[in-house]
Amino acid sequence: MDQSRIRNFSIIAHIDHGKSTLADRLLERTGAISERDMRAQLLDEMDLERERGITIKANAVRIDYEAQDGFEYQLNIIDTPGHVDFSYEVSRSLEACEGALLLVDASQGVEAQTLANAYMAIESGLEVIPVVNKIDLPAADPDAVAEELVGILGGSVDDVVRVSAKAGTGIEELLEVVIEKLPEPQGKVDSPLRALVFDSYYDTYRGVVALVRVVDGVMREGDVIRLMASGEDLVVAEVGVRRPAIEPTGRLGAGEAGYVITGVKDIDLIRVGDTVTHAENPAVDALAGYAEPKPMVFSGLFPTDGDDFERLREALDKLRLNDSSLVYTPETSRALGFGFRVGFLGLLHMEIVRERLEREYDLDLVATAPSVEYVANLADGTSSVVQSPQDLPDAAIRQSIEEPYVKVMIITPAEYIGTVMELVQSKRGEMGEMNYLSTERVELHYLMPLSEIVFDFFDLLKSRTRGYASMDYEPDSYRESDLVRVDILLNSQTVDAFSTIVHRDRANTYGKLMVKKLRELIPRQLFDVPIQAAIGSRIISRETVKAKRKDVTAKCYGGDITRKRKLLERQKEGKKRMKMVGSVEVPQEAFVAALKIGDD
Amino acid sequence: MTESPDAARSSTPGNGRVDLPRRSEFRADDRGLADAAGSWKSAYIHIPFCSHRCPYCDFAIVDESQANEVDRQRYVDAVISEIAMEDPFGSLDSVNFGGGTPSLLTSDQLEQILNALKGRFTLTTGVEISIEVNPEDMDQRAIEGLVGRGFTRLSIGAQSFDGQVLGVLGREHGVGVAQDVAVEARSAGFESVGIDLIYGHPSESARSWRATVEQAIALPVDHISTYALTVERGTTLSRDVLAGAPAPDPDDQADRYEMFCDLAGNAGFARYEVSNHARPGHVCVYNLSTWSHGEYLGFGLGAHDHRRGERSRNHQRLDRYLEDIEGGIRPRIGSETLSVSDQERDRFMLGVRLAAGVALTPFATAFASSERGKRLIDAGIVDIESDRLVVTHPMLTDAVAREALSVSVGDC
Repeated sequence: MDQSRIRNFSIIAHIDHGKSTLADRLLERTGAISERDMRAQLLDEMDLERERGITIKANAVRIDYEAQDGFEYQLNIIDTPGHVDFSYEVSRSLEACEGALLLVDASQGVEAQTLANAYMAIESGLEVIPVVNKIDLPAADPDAVAEELVGILGGSVDDVVRVSAKAGTGIEELLEVVIEKLPEPQGKVDSPLRALVFDSYYDTYRGVVALVRVVDGVMREGDVIRLMASGEDLVVAEVGVRRPAIEPTGRLGAGEAGYVITGVKDIDLIRVGDTVTHAENPAVDALAGYAEPKPMVFSGLFPTDGDDFERLREALDKLRLNDSSLVYTPETSRALGFGFRVGFLGLLHMEIVRERLEREYDLDLVATAPSVEYVANLADGTSSVVQSPQDLPDAAIRQSIEEPYVKVMIITPAEYIGTVMELVQSKRGEMGEMNYLSTERVELHYLMPLSEIVFDFFDLLKSRTRGYASMDYEPDSYRESDLVRVDILLNSQTVDAFSTIVHRDRANTYGKLMVKKLRELIPRQLFDVPIQAAIGSRIISRETVKAKRKDVTAKCYGGDITRKRKLLERQKEGKKRMKMVGSVEVPQEAFVAALKIGDD
Repeated sequence: MTESPDAARSSTPGNGRVDLPRRSEFRADDRGLADAAGSWKSAYIHIPFCSHRCPYCDFAIVDESQANEVDRQRYVDAVISEIAMEDPFGSLDSVNFGGGTPSLLTSDQLEQILNALKGRFTLTTGVEISIEVNPEDMDQRAIEGLVGRGFTRLSIGAQSFDGQVLGVLGREHGVGVAQDVAVEARSAGFESVGIDLIYGHPSESARSWRATVEQAIALPVDHISTYALTVERGTTLSRDVLAGAPAPDPDDQADRYEMFCDLAGNAGFARYEVSNHARPGHVCVYNLSTWSHGEYLGFGLGAHDHRRGERSRNHQRLDRYLEDIEGGIRPRIGSETLSVSDQERDRFMLGVRLAAGVALTPFATAFASSERGKRLIDAGIVDIESDRLVVTHPMLTDAVAREALSVSVGDC
C-alpha cells in the first residue's frame, strides 16, 4: 500500500475517559464490524481488562476508511496500555505510530497519567490531536478542558476536536482530522526489513503472536526473520492484520502494522521492543529503544494450602507465557511456608497478576506487603540486593542502605496544593517544579522514595483530594537512606512475612500503627495473642488480642443436629482460609495490613 | 413418683439398653448416666402456635393471624395421624411438648396427643412427660389439668424478671406472673418445675440480670435453662442490628453466664449441659438424652427424628405439613443417613456440651492427641480426666467442636 494512504495512531486516555468506546465507534463507523457483532470495548479482550475498563495488553486493529477526498485510507489503531505500570509498553506502542489522539473526558480534565503519556508521545515526535470526549454529559465543560489541552499542547482551541464516543457525535470529523493532520509513514520500501515488536501474546494453538509495525522493507510469509536483540532466527508462518478478527495478508509492507506468527512457543524469544529483520540481508542498525522490563515492586505469594505450591508454580509459568515482565523466584518463609518472591512492574500489575492467579487458576493466596529492591552496602565493601525485608543483612555488618527514588508527577485542583504538599512531605518527598495547567489545575513534580508510594500513597492522595488528584511516576535513581527493619512478633515469635523496611524516623509510628491494625484484623482466638513490633531486639509497641470468651450456640432447635453440624462445618471452612502462624490463626488480609494503616 | 398412665411398663430387660433410673439418682456430672442417656428414647411434639412472633425467634411457628381454634384442632388431628404412621420405635423414656407455645392447646388436646402416643408406643415406667408453657397461659386450672393428664415436668418461659427486658424481648406476661405459676405448679404436684431465662440483650444490665437470677433461684424450682440471646438471620432483631441497633456483646454474655453459674451453683443448681442447670434428681431426661446422642421421634411442624443412623425432618410450612398428612403420607422434607463414623462424630459434637463430657472414643482420642487438641488442653479449655474428655469452659464448646471437626481420624 502507498504509505501516503496509511495512518498509524494510538489513543492516549485516562481510565474511564472513553478510549475503548471511541475505538469501538471508529470500528463501527468504518464498517470494520457490524453493529450486530459489536461487543462493547472490543479491543479489550481479557476478562480483567473488561471488568476494570482498562487496557493491559497492546493491540492493533486495521480499518479502511473512505475519506472526503475520495481516497481509501488504511488506519491502524494501536491501542496502548493506559496505566503507568506499563509505561515501557506504552512507549513501544507509541514508537509504532506517527500520531496520537489525546482523549480527555470533558467533565474530568487532564489526568497525570494521560499527561505523562502525552509528554512521552511528544518526545517521541508524534503529532498529537487533542480530543474532548463525553461533551454531552451534564457535567461536561468542554471549553475549559479544551483550554487545558491548548495549555499543554499549544495551538488553538479550534484545533480541539469535540466528540461523544458514546452517542457517536463528531466521529466523522475526527476521522477527517486524522487523515489531514497525522503524518504518513516515512519508511524506506526498498531498504532491508526493520519491524518493531510492540507487543506479543501467547495463543494456546498458534504459539507466540507478535504485534509488529513494519518500518522499512517488506515481511512475507515464509521469510526467515531474525530478532536483532535475542539473535533468534525464525520462519514466518503467517502474517496478517486484525479487523479485529485475524485476517492473513501474506505480507506486511513499510508503514503497515499487523501480526506475525512463527510457531515459537517461548515468549522470551520475541520480546517487546525488539527489531525484526531478515536473516539474509539483515538491517545494520536495530530500531532504537529496546529495554529489558524491570520489576519495581516485589511481593511474596504463598498458597494458603501448602500443597498448592506446585500448582502456583505452574500457574506462574503459564501467566509468564503472556507476560515476559513477570519474574519470580522460590522463597521460603517460616510463617508462610513455600512460595515465590514475585517482581512486578507496579502496583496495578501486582494486583492483576494476583487476581488472575486466584481467578483463572483457582488458587487461594496470601500476598505479603509490597516491597522495593534495596541495596545493602556491607562493611566489607561488598553490597547485596535485597528484594525481601527478611533478607536484609544484620545491622552489625551493614554500612548503609540505598533505596530507589522515583520522579512523581501529580495533577491536582489548585485548592488541594497544600494538602498534597503535606502528604508528600510526610512521605519523604522533595518538591520539584510546579506548573499551572490552568488557573484551577496544577502540575506538581516531586522526587520520592518508591517504597513510600507502593504502600498507601495513591489511596491517600485520592482520599485527601476527594478523588481529584492523579499521579504518575518514573524511576529516577538509588539514594542512601537511614532505614531500619521493623519486625512483628505474634505470640512472641517473629513472623518473617510481616517484616518491613521503613525510615528510622517513622519506625515507631509505623510499629504502633501496624500492631494496632493487626489487633483489629486478627480475630479473637481461644487464648490471648500478644502482638509486638520490634527493631532488632527492642520492642517498640505491643497490643493483645484478648482470648475469646463465648463461642457456643444456646440450643439446638427442635433436635436439628444436622443444621448445627452444618453451621459448625461452615465456620470451620471459614477458618481454613486463615493461615496458621505458629498457633495463631491469621487472616490473609493481615499480611497486607501495612497497606491499610493509613486508613485511620 | 407420679404413676404413669395405664400403658406404661418397664422396658424388657436383657436387650442391651440401660433402664431409666430413678430420677432421684440423677446427678449433674454423673458420667454413667450421661452415657446411659445415649440409649434412651424420646418423642418430641412441636406445637407451633404463638400469639405473636418474638423479635429474636426464627423457629417454625404460626401466629394468631395465621391460625384460629379450628386450625389448631386440625393440627392436633394431623399430629395424631402422624403418630399413627410412625414405625415401631420401642419404649419411650421421655415425651416433650415444645414450640411455639404448647400451652396454647387445651389440656384435652394435649391428652388426645398423649393418648395417640400411648396407643402407638409403650411408655417406660417413670417416663418423663414435659411441656414448655408461657406464664400468661397458666392459671391454677390449667396447671392442675396438666398434672391430671400425666405431665411430670413443667418448663415456664419466664425469660426475665425485669419488666423492661421482657418488653424488648416481646414477651407479654407481666413481672411476677411466672413466679406465681412456679409456686402453683410446685403445689399442684409436678415432679420437676423449671424456668427458662434469656440473657444478654443489649438493653439488659448486669444488675438487672443479677436480680433476675436471684429471684429465679429463690423460687421453688428444680431446673433452670439459660439461653444467650442469639441474633438469627431473618428475625426482627437481626434487621434491627443490621440497621445499627446494638448487637448482643459476647463478652457481656460470658459475664452473665458466669454470674449465673456462680449464683445458681451456690443455690444448689449444678450445670449438666451448657444451657441447663438442675438440682440433684431433676436433670431433664429429654435434654440429657438429646445431648447424649439418644434417639428421638419428632412429630409436628419442622420436627426432627433421630433413629440410629438416620436423621429426618418435617416440613416447616404448615400448609405442606397438613397437606401431606391429610393425603396419608409422611410429611418429610429431607433426611440424611449417618455412617458409623458420622455417628461417632455427632456423639462427640453433642456430648462435649455435657458437664460429664464424652468417653474417650477413637474420635475423641484422635482429637485429644492432635496439635489442635493439645493446644486446647494446654490452654486449659479441654481436660482429659481418666477416661473422659471434658470442656471446662462451656462457653467455648462450639470452638472445641469446630477444632475437633477439623481433625480427621487420619491425623492421629
